[in-house]
Amino acid sequence: MRLREIVERLHLQVLAGEKALDREVTGGYCSDLISDFMANGTPGCLWLTLQTHMNVVAVALLTGAAGVVFTGGRGIPPEVCRKAEAEGLPLLQTPHSTFEMAGRLYQLLNEK
Amino acid sequence: MTFYRADLHIHTALSPCAGEEMTPPRIVAAALMAGLQLIAVTDHNSAGNIAAVQEAARGTGLIVFAGLEVQTREDVHLVCLFNSAAEALEWQSIVYQRLPAEENREEYFGCQLLLDAAGREIGREKRLLLTSVDMGLEEVVREVSGRGGVCIPAHVDRPSYGLLGHLGLIPEGLPFAAMELGLLYPDEALKQFPTLAGWPLTIASDAHYLKDIGRRVTIFDFVEEINLKSLHQSLRRQQFKVVVGQRDNFR
Repeated sequence: MRLREIVERLHLQVLAGEKALDREVTGGYCSDLISDFMANGTPGCLWLTLQTHMNVVAVALLTGAAGVVFTGGRGIPPEVCRKAEAEGLPLLQTPHSTFEMAGRLYQLLNEK
Repeated sequence: MTFYRADLHIHTALSPCAGEEMTPPRIVAAALMAGLQLIAVTDHNSAGNIAAVQEAARGTGLIVFAGLEVQTREDVHLVCLFNSAAEALEWQSIVYQRLPAEENREEYFGCQLLLDAAGREIGREKRLLLTSVDMGLEEVVREVSGRGGVCIPAHVDRPSYGLLGHLGLIPEGLPFAAMELGLLYPDEALKQFPTLAGWPLTIASDAHYLKDIGRRVTIFDFVEEINLKSLHQSLRRQQFKVVVGQRDNFR
C-alpha cells in the first residue's frame, strides 16, 4: 500500500517529506529505542515511535524506512522536521497512542 | 604529574534505587578502603546529599566532586559534574522545575533519604526522582556546559538508560567530555560499538551499594590542581587509564 493512502485513511498529519508519499509501505515496527529499530527495522516499513530525537531521522534513513509516525501527539523539534524535509523522509504525526496506531495500521496493511 | 584513582559515578541513599547504607560517612570510608582519591556523588536528578558527603570527607584526603545523574526526555542517563555543591544545587533547581510533579512511592521505588555528614536522616525528598526531566539531551548538555559543568553520558554500553541503547548513535556536535562504560572495558566496547572511536572512554562503578564503590576505577593524571578543568583536560589529552578496582577481588 502506498504511504499516501495510509496517511489519508489514518488521518496522519504530514510534518515533512510530502514529496515522498508515493512510496510503498511493506510493514510496520514499533519501538522507542532507536538502536532497537536500527537492528530490527526493515526497508519500506513504517516506524511508530514516541521518540522525537534527531537520531530518529538518521536511523530511519539508514534503515530505508518508508517513513516515521510520531505517536502520542508530542512536540516535534523543528530541526528534526527540517532535516527530514531536506532528506526527503516522510514524518507523520498522530495524537493517538502507539498501540492504537499499530492496530489500525496492521488492519489496513492486511486488508483483503 | 599526580595520579588519582577515581570513581566518578556513585549514588547515595537519596537515590531510591540505592541502599540505605549509602550514607556520607560510610561512602567515604568505603572509598578510602577501595584506595580511591577522588569520587563524584551523582544521585538521580538531585544534588541533595553532595555537601554532606563533602563534609564527611573533610580531612580524609578524599576529594568529592559534585554531580547529578540526569535522566533526559529520551530516558538517557547523563552524569553532570559541577565545580561546587552550590552550582550543582542551582542546576538541581532547574531540574526540579522540569520533573513531573509526582510524588515518590517508597513502596515501589524505595526511599529518598536526605542525610547529614554523620549519616543521620534530616529529611526525605518527596518528589519522584526516578523519572525523566522534560528536557531533551541537547538542552541538558548545552545548559550544563553553559554553567561550567561537564557532561559524561552514563553506561553508554548498557541496553537500558544508555546513550547508545536509546539513541543508537552519538549525536553530533555536543560537548561531551567522555563516554562512561558500564559493562565493558574500552577494547571490548570499541569492537561492539565502533561509533565510540575517538571518544575518551572512562569507567566508573555506578555504585548503589557500598560493596560496589571502587569496583571499576579510572586513574587520572592531573597536571594542575584537582578540579573540573583539570579533569576535562586530562580527558581531552587521554591522560587517564581505566582499571579493574581492587574491589573486584572480593567478588
